[in-house]
Order: sequence, then C-alpha cells, then structure tokens
Amino acid sequence: MDHLMRPVIEVRNLDLGYGDYVVMHDLNFSVDKGNIFIVMGVNGCGKSTLLKSLIGLKPPEKGEVLYSGKSFWDENEIGQQKIMRRFGVLYQNGALWSSLTIQENVALPLQLYTKLSSRQIQEVVSLKLSLVGLDGFGDSFPSGISGGMRKRASLARAIALDPDIIFFDEPSSGLDPINARKLDDLILELRDVSGATIVIVTHELASIFAVGDNSVFLDAESKTMIATGEPKALLANSKDPRVIQFLTRGAEASLPGQQAGSLNHE
Amino acid sequence: MLPEKISFDYSIPKTLLIKLNGDWRISAGFLSESTVTSELASHPDIRQINLIASQDLRWDSGLISFLLKLVRECVQKDIQVVRQELPQEAQKLLALALKVDKKSISSGVAAIVEAKKNSRLLSHPNNPDPVVSESFLERFGQKALEITESLRLEIDFLGDLAVCFGRLIRGKSYFRWDDFLLIVKRCGVDTLLLVSLISLLVGMILAFVGSIQLKMFGAQIFIAYIVGIAMVRVLSAVMTGIIMSGRIGASFAAELGMMQTNEEIDALKTLGVSPVEFLVVPRVLAVVIMMPILTIYADLMGVLGGFLISVGMLHLNPVEYLNLTQKAVKLNYVWVGLIHGFVFGVIVAVAGCLRGMQCERNAAGVGVATTSAVVTGITGIVVATAIITFICQVLGV
Repeated sequence: MDHLMRPVIEVRNLDLGYGDYVVMHDLNFSVDKGNIFIVMGVNGCGKSTLLKSLIGLKPPEKGEVLYSGKSFWDENEIGQQKIMRRFGVLYQNGALWSSLTIQENVALPLQLYTKLSSRQIQEVVSLKLSLVGLDGFGDSFPSGISGGMRKRASLARAIALDPDIIFFDEPSSGLDPINARKLDDLILELRDVSGATIVIVTHELASIFAVGDNSVFLDAESKTMIATGEPKALLANSKDPRVIQFLTRGAEASLPGQQAGSLNHE
Repeated sequence: MLPEKISFDYSIPKTLLIKLNGDWRISAGFLSESTVTSELASHPDIRQINLIASQDLRWDSGLISFLLKLVRECVQKDIQVVRQELPQEAQKLLALALKVDKKSISSGVAAIVEAKKNSRLLSHPNNPDPVVSESFLERFGQKALEITESLRLEIDFLGDLAVCFGRLIRGKSYFRWDDFLLIVKRCGVDTLLLVSLISLLVGMILAFVGSIQLKMFGAQIFIAYIVGIAMVRVLSAVMTGIIMSGRIGASFAAELGMMQTNEEIDALKTLGVSPVEFLVVPRVLAVVIMMPILTIYADLMGVLGGFLISVGMLHLNPVEYLNLTQKAVKLNYVWVGLIHGFVFGVIVAVAGCLRGMQCERNAAGVGVATTSAVVTGITGIVVATAIITFICQVLGV
C-alpha cells in the first residue's frame, strides 16, 4: 500500500546551476500519480532549467530527482534510459524532427522501442494523430503545418509509447487563446483517459488555473521555491506578495505605452 | 545654435528660468546638459529651475533625453526642477522615465545585484567577494581552461562517433537508410556539377602554367605528366575536399545547429536515442563513401581539362597525350589520391557535424557554427595534405 501511495516524482534538496552561477537552490516538492502539476514563475526564474533536470538533460549541482523512489541521477546510463522511457516530452516549439513527416515523427519511438510490425505501427500512429485531431496530416512535414498543429503533433509523439509521465514546456506559448484553450482541454482529457501524471512548466495564468491540481512557485530573486499548493488555493490564501502579484498579473502595474502617448510632437 | 534652442533668465532670485525653443527632435542633434550645469556652476545660489516651453518648440525623445539627464543632475545638487510649463505629454514621458529610472535603481538593479551576490555566496560560501578585474595570468588561465574543455568535448564526440560506428558494424544501431541515401544524393549528384567545373578548370590552369616553362625546352608534351600526376595524387582530392567543406560541411553544421536551436536534439536524447548515432553517423558515412568516388571523377575531369588545352590550344597530338598520361599515372598515385579523398571526407563531415552539435541555441550561433565548420574543414584538409605528402615521401610512394 505504501508503494502505491508513493509520489511518482520527488524532488529533494535540488540545486541547479551553470558552473558557479546558481539558478535555483533547495527545491523540494513531489508530484502524485495522475496529478497535473504546474511549475510556475516569472521569465528567467529557472523553470526550464528545472525541467531539463527532471527529464534527464541537465544534471543538478546537488540533490535528487526520484521517479517512483529511484534516484534518476544516481542510475547508470541504462537505468536512466529505462526511466526516460516512461516520459513523454512536449517541447516549447514542438521540436518535431524536421526531416521526418508528422507520421514518421510519431512512429519513431514505436520503431525504436516496440516489436510491432510496420502495419501495426501505422495503426497506432493513426490513433495517436486522431487523438490530437491531426488525422489526415500524417504525410505533412513539420514546416508545412501551423504552430498549433505542430504542438499537437508533438503531443502525439510524446504519447506514442503511452508514457505514465508527460512533461510540457510552455505548452501555450505562441498559441492564440482559442488554440491554447483547446490544448488545455486536450491535456485534461489525456490525464483523465490515460491516468498519466503531467508536469507543466508555464507562466500562462489561464492554463495554470484551468488545469493545475498542484503547483510550485519559483522565485527569481530568492532563487528558490516560495510556495506550493493548488493554484486557486494559492491565489485565495497566499500571503506572499510575489505569489499574489504573479497570480493576479501584477494587477497594480500600468502599461507605460498608454500613459506616454506619441513620441513625436511638432 | 545656443540662442536658438535654449535661453536662461535670472530675473527671479535663486531661480533659473530655462526657455526651450525651436527644434529639439533627435534628428536635429543633441544639446549637452553641461550647457545648463555650467550655468549652475557659475550661479551656486540657484535652488530651483523652471522649465518653460516656447510656442515653436518641436520635440521628441531628444528633448526628454536631455531633460532626464538634467533632472538627474539637479537631484544630486538638491535643486528643484519645475516642469509645469512643459507640454503635458513631455511632462508625462519625463515622469515615466524618472519613475522607471527610480524603480530600476531601487528594486530591479538592486534585486539583480542581490541575487548575484546570493548566488555567489551560495557558490563560494567562504569567498563572497568576487574578483572584479582579471589579470593577464587569470585571462590566460581562463583561455587555457576553455581550450582544454573544448578539446575534451571534441575527443568525447570522436569517442561517441567511434562507439556508434562500432554499433553500426555489429548491426545494433538504428540506421535510417532513407536519410542516408538522401545525404548520399546531396553529396554526390548535387555536387557533381561544381566538382566538374572546378576540376576541369584546375586541369586547364595546370596545362597553361606548365606549358609556359616546358615551351622553353620544346617539351610541351610533358604537360600530360604534370596534369596527370598533380591531379590524381593530390589536387583532385584537395579541390573536391574544399568544395565539400563549403557545401556539405557548412550545410551539416547549419542543419544540426538549427536542430539544436529547435530542441530537436533534446527530443532525441529524451527518447533515449543518441544524436550521434541518429544524425551524425549517416552523414559521416555518406561523405566518406562519396568523397573517394568524387575524387576519381575529379581526376578524370582534371585530365580532360589538361587534354582540351593541350590539344585545342597548344596543338599537341591527342593520342600521344593520352598515352603519356597513362604512362605517368601509376596505380599507386590513384591509391594516394583515394586515401586523400577518404581522409578529407572524414575531416569535412566530422568538422561539420561537430560544429553543428556544439552550436549555441540562437541564430548567431548557427552562423558561427557554419563558418567554423568551413574553417575547421579547410584547415584540416591542408594539414592532412601536408601529413600524407610527408608520409608518402618517407615511404617512397
């Protein structure tokens, strides 16, 4: 029972940095199975660096990242790859392999890690593309489809192997409000039907409140996490002005352009 | 210029009235704030400045920039600046600039300084005071460390490549034939026209230059020797290598650099696929296979170039020319040329892929990677030519 209750991801005393430069320190949080967990904070606070450390692209300076109790960075290469096979990652710009068609992009993980025949792979690819609403676009190249479609194609690739953890890096960036909303709905549906644990790195308030079950707030000035909890509860209960300012879009701030008017006066 | 734009009035005690006239737009040029500060220096009793705009004042950021510097100066000297008689928009802009200024000093910059201080404290708990300026030795040491790190990464890359080729030979690697054939086409068919043109011209140039000297001895027919030996042993491979470096090496660096920028390489890593195995191996293999083939083709084109000049312009006997070429070019020379081609292929492909994989994640980084790939490729070709020539000399080939 204890094993079943264990969080899927645990971050313990994590310090992140580049050489002498410390990006974040003393990060401690955990993500429960089936939760949608938000990593939020202002631009440049270290969200993406944290994500890189979670998905195995950047070793931390100190601390541990545990997946179902196994410390990722203490594993050898084979052990790390085994854990990484549980991930699906949707990158900020989609990161679809440009020389492959959408279909080939989604098929590649299946070709690498399953023993399915090419016909069976084709069927699975078709299913995944249908799930993200891209059935019929399989033969297009990434450069030939819109930004929103690229994101969805990337999501189809991320879920190709039915991962139990899916990471999203700024999923709404570059999307119009309608497509951003559609992607949020897709994320919720995905969680509901697959039971996957989802980690989203974002600063889009609409998405944060729409999908987040739990969250951590990274602060750029103190270089650590300063709040954790359900986003709506944080907005209602947090006493920290930095958290409130972020979650209310810095409500008191005014736009300089509106005050200034035109710059040329004859 | 001074009377047109600014005038001073001391009629009110302890107050300086500054009247702003004429064109204060950026296009009209800036007036230094020292014009005013020198006035203040000569009247130390001034405690207030009243700014007054005349009817004909035309302004944009040029005026605000001047006023901002002036206000900052006055704040330091504890002089009050009255701005009510400036145009309303100018007042607002100035207030905004001062607000941002104040904010950035009080919170933004201070926060960054504090954050940097914290990060340094965290990194060096016993040494919170960072070194401000670096001495020559420190810079030298820093550079040496950078070079060592860069060498380590290059050796790491070559090691990875060797491991991936080992896996390919054992049939354990994921190899996309479609990608490989596409790269072969790019290296071969798409480069053929350029290789033809350059090799033909080099053969012609050699024939021309050789004929000038040989004519003096009446031995023009020996042009066949010069063209044949030079092209087959070295020149075809060198010219093909340089073409490939500029065309293929640069394109590899740009492609992989863009993939690095677009996180496509990260996506491969998180999928557990080695980017070297997936992206670099097919490229290196394609170039290494195509380079010797292109070198042989360039040999033929070079000899053809020499033949055309010798027969067409120098009126030598074509049969005799071809016979002498056949006599001059020994099989060993062809092998030497092929080895050159093979080595240059490795250099060009590895340089292009390495620079692409090392590319920084921005547009400028892609430019730097491309340039660096070509420079590394060509330098490598010249160095390798020297080494191979020396070895051949020692071996008597």
